[in-house]
Amino acid sequence: MHRHSVLRVTTKLLMPFILLFALYVQFHGDFGPGGGFQAGVIFGAGFILYTLIYGVENARRVAPEPVVRVLIAFGLLLYIGVGYAGLLLGGNFLDYFVLAQEPEKGQHLGIFLIELGVGTTVAATMVTVFFTFAGRGRP
Amino acid sequence: MLLSFLAVMALAILRLRNLLAVVMLSGIYSLLSAGLFVTLDAVDVAFTEAAVGGGIATLLMLATLALTTDEEKRPAERLRIAPLLVVLATGALLIYGTLDMPSYGDPQAPIHRHVAPRYIAEAQSETSVPNVVTAVLASYRGYDTMGELAVIFTAGIGVMLLLGRARKRRDD
Repeated sequence: MHRHSVLRVTTKLLMPFILLFALYVQFHGDFGPGGGFQAGVIFGAGFILYTLIYGVENARRVAPEPVVRVLIAFGLLLYIGVGYAGLLLGGNFLDYFVLAQEPEKGQHLGIFLIELGVGTTVAATMVTVFFTFAGRGRP
Repeated sequence: MLLSFLAVMALAILRLRNLLAVVMLSGIYSLLSAGLFVTLDAVDVAFTEAAVGGGIATLLMLATLALTTDEEKRPAERLRIAPLLVVLATGALLIYGTLDMPSYGDPQAPIHRHVAPRYIAEAQSETSVPNVVTAVLASYRGYDTMGELAVIFTAGIGVMLLLGRARKRRDD
């Protein structure tokens, strides 16, 4: 893919918008369609596009595999951690009302955090799976 | 209209032997299903379908094809009776099962009378999140979403264990 200058330039132009759109979907999920899953997938897809055009080696330099692996676990732990935070603050597991002074703010905070966890794990998993596939077969 | 497109795609996928074309067509199939979800007002689902089914799944299949071959082997050209009967019987049973289901869009259907009215009425005031889908997924059904996330986590770990290790061994 080294000679396709149209693809390379278009990818470079599109990358910031794809990633920005993923973040928009992530943090605007409360108000419009979207949420952690969708945002994670779009973010992952953006990275995969980059990998397709610029090669696995360059993409690994942007997102080192050990970091991505840690992120997979981090997202799920963040989700479970929010659940336990509710438990420790005197509510039930995954109870957001107790996370802040006002119950509505607690709901917002809880949903924000778990959506962040979902997005992180999904994006990291997509990138890892693709890296693992793409890293095979080529010496 | 979209449903008939879906049927055409499915038939084309069945007929084709070139797997590259099959992967591309299944990507289009996903995109069409996403359109179908939009017409059903399920934008969140459509979003996921377009991104996962149309984008990432297609790419993963392409990556797999790059590792294997893109031409399907020709199956033996003779009619087998037993599998055909099993498929027909299963299909008939499934269609028989749908006869009991409430008709499409029936407001009296059990699924619309259980917890859905409460979610729709209360989600705004209880969680102050305007998107009811997000409120249900993240708040009312937090356990389920955690389970889904655990499934994705497990899938990622599984791929890493199965494929990642083989690569490392080759490097040694």
